[in-house]
Amino acid sequence: MKRDFIPLLLVPGIIIAALPLVGSSESWATLTLAGLAMGLMIFVMASGLTLTFGLMDVLNFGHGAFIAIGAFVTASVMAGLAPWLKADSLWLNLAAIGPAMLAAMAVSGGLGLAFERAIVRPVYGQHLKQILVTTGGLIVAEQLIKVVWGPDQITLARPTALRGAFLLGEIAIEKYRIFAVVIGLAVFAALSVTLNRTRIGLLIRAGVENGEMVEALGYRIRRLFVGVFAVGSALAGLGGAMWGIYQETVTATIGAQVAVLVFIVIIIGGLGSVGGCFIGALLVGLTANYVGFLAPKVALGSNILLMAIILLWRPQGLYPVARR
Amino acid sequence: MLRTLLSDDLPRSRWLAAALLAIVIGLALAPFLFPGAKSLNVAAKICVFVVLAASFDLLLGYSGIVSFAHTMFFGIGAYGVAIALTRLGSGWDAVAMGTVAGLASAIALAAVIGLFSLRLRTIFFAMITLAVASAFAILASQLSDVTGGEDGLNFRLPAILRASMSFADTPLFGVRLNGRLLDYYLVYIVSLVLVLVLLRIVNSPFGSVLKAMRENPFRAEAIGYRAVVYRTAASCIAAAFAALAGALMALWSSQTNPDTVLSFDIMIDILLMVVIGGMGTVYGAAIGAVLLVISQNYLQDLLLVANKAFAGVPLLPDLFHPDRWLLWLGIAFILCVYFFPTGIVGRLRSD
Repeated sequence: MKRDFIPLLLVPGIIIAALPLVGSSESWATLTLAGLAMGLMIFVMASGLTLTFGLMDVLNFGHGAFIAIGAFVTASVMAGLAPWLKADSLWLNLAAIGPAMLAAMAVSGGLGLAFERAIVRPVYGQHLKQILVTTGGLIVAEQLIKVVWGPDQITLARPTALRGAFLLGEIAIEKYRIFAVVIGLAVFAALSVTLNRTRIGLLIRAGVENGEMVEALGYRIRRLFVGVFAVGSALAGLGGAMWGIYQETVTATIGAQVAVLVFIVIIIGGLGSVGGCFIGALLVGLTANYVGFLAPKVALGSNILLMAIILLWRPQGLYPVARR
Repeated sequence: MLRTLLSDDLPRSRWLAAALLAIVIGLALAPFLFPGAKSLNVAAKICVFVVLAASFDLLLGYSGIVSFAHTMFFGIGAYGVAIALTRLGSGWDAVAMGTVAGLASAIALAAVIGLFSLRLRTIFFAMITLAVASAFAILASQLSDVTGGEDGLNFRLPAILRASMSFADTPLFGVRLNGRLLDYYLVYIVSLVLVLVLLRIVNSPFGSVLKAMRENPFRAEAIGYRAVVYRTAASCIAAAFAALAGALMALWSSQTNPDTVLSFDIMIDILLMVVIGGMGTVYGAAIGAVLLVISQNYLQDLLLVANKAFAGVPLLPDLFHPDRWLLWLGIAFILCVYFFPTGIVGRLRSD
């Protein structure tokens, strides 16, 4: 199969193009790292959404709810483990942050299963109803978060070892961003291996390309889809946890805010394509940070502009999925 | 006469007709029936939101398009009038210029978004409008030189619409005849006319083509109607009506800020109004708007009672907290989409 490498060149291209615009190489390095960290966090949240769309033609407008719930669960667990977070030891810190993130994934994944069952299943194949009902789910979930955690924003203290930055020459590198990049890359690697090297992954990719054929060969694509939906929700929870710790505050509307970025990313990448989603997320993260530095007032507009440019070039996104 | 006025789209249900009549007459007499600043405010808000929801229904119900950018056009209309009245002083020429400018930019923006993304599928359009609208809301709060930022704009209305303007020394049925009252009737009459014009549009051949495309886009194209042209036109018309509703809102409240005219919460309100009231009927939008604005303002009192009754029980008081009214409407919304896709009006008509 012929590989399409042009989109791959966009990310290094934009990084190099930003250097003369930003001017100082120190701030350029800091911005690049920040952009990569942000992009990878968005990728973690977006990957599940794009896959469920590819598999079953279902787009969940309530995806933001899982992001928010992940962030809130992390906040609660971390509040419970506060002494470990304050300790000046990387391992104790990780011992607190690890369970917090796992709990976020477990709760979001479990709720994802329930959401699929109650909200999404009755409206398979009906796009208009799907959009309406999942938006309704988002409204209810946001309100329930306010019932459980209260309407006010919660502050989330970063663990000691991940606070601050270390200096590499003149360049300040924030530790948490490194942490976010590591987790994001790990998720990408795990997803790539699963999708490209396992039987389940093979079925998922086949289902995205041609679901009917997979069904005809005797595999239940719906069961596959429920699994992907749950994993996607869990990843959204993980992304929400990472995002919450990054912002150091959590509000009930966090999900709806980030969901906008997630949508832009999966449109740019091509609905259904994990590779496109990865590149799209990095592009969005990088442009948001560069433009935020160069012209802070139009930072969010820059993402729309990026999306418009890419859609003018490839109307179906960077990596269009075959039959769509 | 009535048949012409309603463009031959009669309520077709005794109860629906009664409800609509109650709304029209109730709103016409609102200043006298429910005296007080709060209830007059609620009545004016109902008028504006009926127009806003009905114009959204042109997209959602008649064309089968989900747009999350409808509040953006509402905001453009409101900010058009607000900016003109702030910059050019409080004359009618400023009102006219602001309205026209808001209208023109709303239509132009809707045309650009439509041509760009309406050839794609429903889901694509929904996501793109969501992204554009949220970017616009942030832009509006960032460009504080023009829009007043988060605080918004406070401006003076034309003298004849101010509360200090008095038309008669003696009150009529206990209501002072001042500029505020005139302002209310301005909002009421313009809203009524706009709704009737919308009724005319959805019952015209143009409206029939939209419905045909909603039911079977492939076939409609085959007959020779270009989907992207008709859908973009519908989107522009809806945007124009939303902008006019926004202008009315600004003329009523004499202030605009991102929270009251641009926030995503308003978008959700409109969605609830149209779906609960009944998609694909202008009347449904009207009933939904009345229901939602009233429950927004008075459901809280009811919930407070429940909240007090459950005091001491774990979790329940929080579920019935007055600020959680949206939770209950959200659940009603989901149930509506599943079990009553035609909403209240559909139920009434099928009986």
